[in-house]
Amino acid sequence: MRIELEKRAERSKTLAWASPVIAVLATMVTGGLIFAALGKPPLAALWVFFVEPFASLWSLEELVVKATPLILIGVGLSVAYRANVWNIGAEGQLTAGALLGSTVPILFNAWNTPATLLAMLVLGAIGGMLWALIPAVLKIKAGANEILVSLMLVYVAQLLLDWLVRGPWRDPHGYNFPKSVAFENWQTMPTIGEGRLNLGIFIAVLIAVVLAVVMRRTIKGYEVRVMGEAPRAGRFAGFSADRMVLFSFLLSGGLAGLAGVIEVASTVGQLQPNISPGYGFTAIIVAFLGRLDPVGVVIAALMLAASYLGGEAAQIALGISDKAARVFQGVLLFWVLACDTLILYRPRLVRGPTAEAAR
Amino acid sequence: MSGSAAADLEASASSADEYLVEARGIVKRFGAFTANDHVDLGVRPGEIHALLGENGAGKSTLVKMIYGSLQPTEGRFFWKGAPTVITDPASARRLGVGMVFQHFSLFEALTVAENIALALPGPLDMKALTTRIRDLSLDYGLPLEPRATVADLSVGERQRIEIVRCLIQEPKLLIMDEPTAVLTPQEADQLFLTLERLAGEGCAVLYISHRLEEVKRLCHAATILRHGKVVARVDPRAETAASLARLMVGADVHAIRPKHARIAGPTRLHIERLDLPATGPFSVALRQVTLELRAGEILGIAGVAGNGQSEFFDAVSGERTVERDGAVVIDGHACGHLGVSERRALGAAFVPEERLGHGAVPAFSLSENVVLTRHATCEDSGRSRGGFLDFGRSRSTAERVSEAFDVRKGKPDPEARSLSGGNLQKFVVGRELDRRPTLLVVNQPTWGVDAGAAALIRQALVDLAADGSAVLMISQDLDEIFEIADRIAVISRGRLSPAYDAHVMTLEKIGLLMGGAHGGSDRVEEAARLREADGHAH
Repeated sequence: MRIELEKRAERSKTLAWASPVIAVLATMVTGGLIFAALGKPPLAALWVFFVEPFASLWSLEELVVKATPLILIGVGLSVAYRANVWNIGAEGQLTAGALLGSTVPILFNAWNTPATLLAMLVLGAIGGMLWALIPAVLKIKAGANEILVSLMLVYVAQLLLDWLVRGPWRDPHGYNFPKSVAFENWQTMPTIGEGRLNLGIFIAVLIAVVLAVVMRRTIKGYEVRVMGEAPRAGRFAGFSADRMVLFSFLLSGGLAGLAGVIEVASTVGQLQPNISPGYGFTAIIVAFLGRLDPVGVVIAALMLAASYLGGEAAQIALGISDKAARVFQGVLLFWVLACDTLILYRPRLVRGPTAEAAR
Repeated sequence: MSGSAAADLEASASSADEYLVEARGIVKRFGAFTANDHVDLGVRPGEIHALLGENGAGKSTLVKMIYGSLQPTEGRFFWKGAPTVITDPASARRLGVGMVFQHFSLFEALTVAENIALALPGPLDMKALTTRIRDLSLDYGLPLEPRATVADLSVGERQRIEIVRCLIQEPKLLIMDEPTAVLTPQEADQLFLTLERLAGEGCAVLYISHRLEEVKRLCHAATILRHGKVVARVDPRAETAASLARLMVGADVHAIRPKHARIAGPTRLHIERLDLPATGPFSVALRQVTLELRAGEILGIAGVAGNGQSEFFDAVSGERTVERDGAVVIDGHACGHLGVSERRALGAAFVPEERLGHGAVPAFSLSENVVLTRHATCEDSGRSRGGFLDFGRSRSTAERVSEAFDVRKGKPDPEARSLSGGNLQKFVVGRELDRRPTLLVVNQPTWGVDAGAAALIRQALVDLAADGSAVLMISQDLDEIFEIADRIAVISRGRLSPAYDAHVMTLEKIGLLMGGAHGGSDRVEEAARLREADGHAH
């Protein structure tokens, strides 16, 4: 008796949507086993991890705040990955966007009008694009592997940020802490209500909706999908692979940069050595869990945001390391990719001898 | 079920011991699809046994089981009368089965001797092996230079390596999968002599083909498969090509209606001394390719695979552009630097060799695949000026194409990869013909397509030319070229011969041109032979 995978003639539409659900359930089971192995009551731990983030108004608000950058980066990455362009360096583009956007409040601190915020957002997107342009151009001109180049540039951007906030951009009145001046009024995102909820989520959802329409209903979205599925056919259709690499990197990099500047202009409120708990990497999981579809990404971003909150809650309530959240995210990505096999293959129990047994 | 199997056993028991290899009641299922349905086959020593059938009839599946690379779902194999389980290709080779695949498995960067050594078990003396390869290959009329690098060899020579690699292991059964598909007529003749000699020495040959003339000429027995079942066992020497075709297809294959007169219309495609550098070590450079194609005619380009056909197609379609604008002129417009979309806008249409992944996106539905070649010209693709797509419109286009070209599909708008080769090819050709192009360039129009679909596609090409369009057809299938082309040119090592009228072309002449006989003054002898062949034709 053995299990054979059998290729389906067509991809299964049902499983295309069921696969992330199965993946989430499998992650919970795996998570329960990990908790049990750590000597924690599995059910209670799962409750803290997966249910409590949705249980109070405060945590729901915080969920949306954490989902905002994940949505922005995730939709950009989902388009790039659809085109088979592997931008792994969104974290670096986020940092670059935050840096360029912050030049406005740091270097022109006196300017404080609605246009200030607009300039910050635009510069943030441009910063991400410029950072993403490096792996794109190296891939087109020199055939360099975009995965390695974009990933390595993450650390370059983070070290640049570190140097700036400890050096030239350090707040002169900041008691030598490695921080820039605090951003105020129109140097920050307008908030909604009393908490940390801000305008960013509306920008994120609006962009997700626009990209959903672009991907489904326009020739550009069609081009992205053709180039990802069958580049040879894309060339036959008259599309250019190089232009697609450039487009994918500019779009995903620009959105990561925008997420970066929104983050420093809202929850962080200034530049400091750590401005993101790895949103740019988590967004890779978001993109895959959301089926590389902008609408799916919005849902997946809320899920992954919950894992950040759950990780914090588990740290407080159960004394589990905050690394637990990253472990969960990794387990989730594993199950998402594993379950995707079911879309193209059907598992089947086979009786009878295997090739080895017959020998 | 068990009763009939027992009866089968009894019936074959008397003749069982004279078969070298025998298959009884072989069933092979891939999921819901049954590739082999209770197939019985017996091959005697010294017999050249043809396995005939259309594409998808289950020939390759059956021989892969004999060669051990697939396992049957039901049924058994017998080797010299004893039940045998062939678990893998290594145990098949130990039994004495050798196989020459349609697609070669050779390392291009290694030498002939190294490639052969890789297939042999145990430690080797390379010097002795080199001598043995040279002797054996000369002995069987398949001359090979053991120290030559595979990348430098022609397809015919590469096939010789595969054959010699089998012969060196002294096989009792040699399986050949469509061996002549890649050979010039002269190379095929040489191969037949070798096979006849092998059979004379007592080696059995299982010969897979759908070329009926050569089966009639070469084989002593034939088993015909249709939809995975054995439909007939015949002596091919006593049959006609038509009767064999009828058995294979299960119906009469209707002959192509010829178009009446050739219209000498305006020039639709003019290629003027086109040069194209090779993109890699295994790609072919085009040199000084020149041709002129007029409205109303079909120009066939014959040639053995890998002589620059796909490079030529890319240069004509605009997937690769050239520096000099005048090298490619479509309908009077110099367009060497124009891309494929701009060339389509000039009224040209293109059908590449590879259906899946080049002519169509496998994971896309047919309606989405309509957009692929039509979005640039906006015709019925569903694309609006603003860049939006209306898949309702592309769906109705797909439906119209499917109806006109008899594309059979399981549901209204299936993914391209779920269609059979023949049906997808009908769709890909139909999608272009539906645009009423003034110039159609098609590479291997009926490659890997069943006889019914092939006839439909060829008829459509003939009708298109009769309506005043120009058709450039690149094909390895000489029967196809002779059937519908008005003029024939031959491509060899990136050079194109002049085009000759089809009625003065002979198989022999094409064979010489395939060998590169039009190359220039250094090939005086070949040119003389060609002139001689010319003389025979007149």
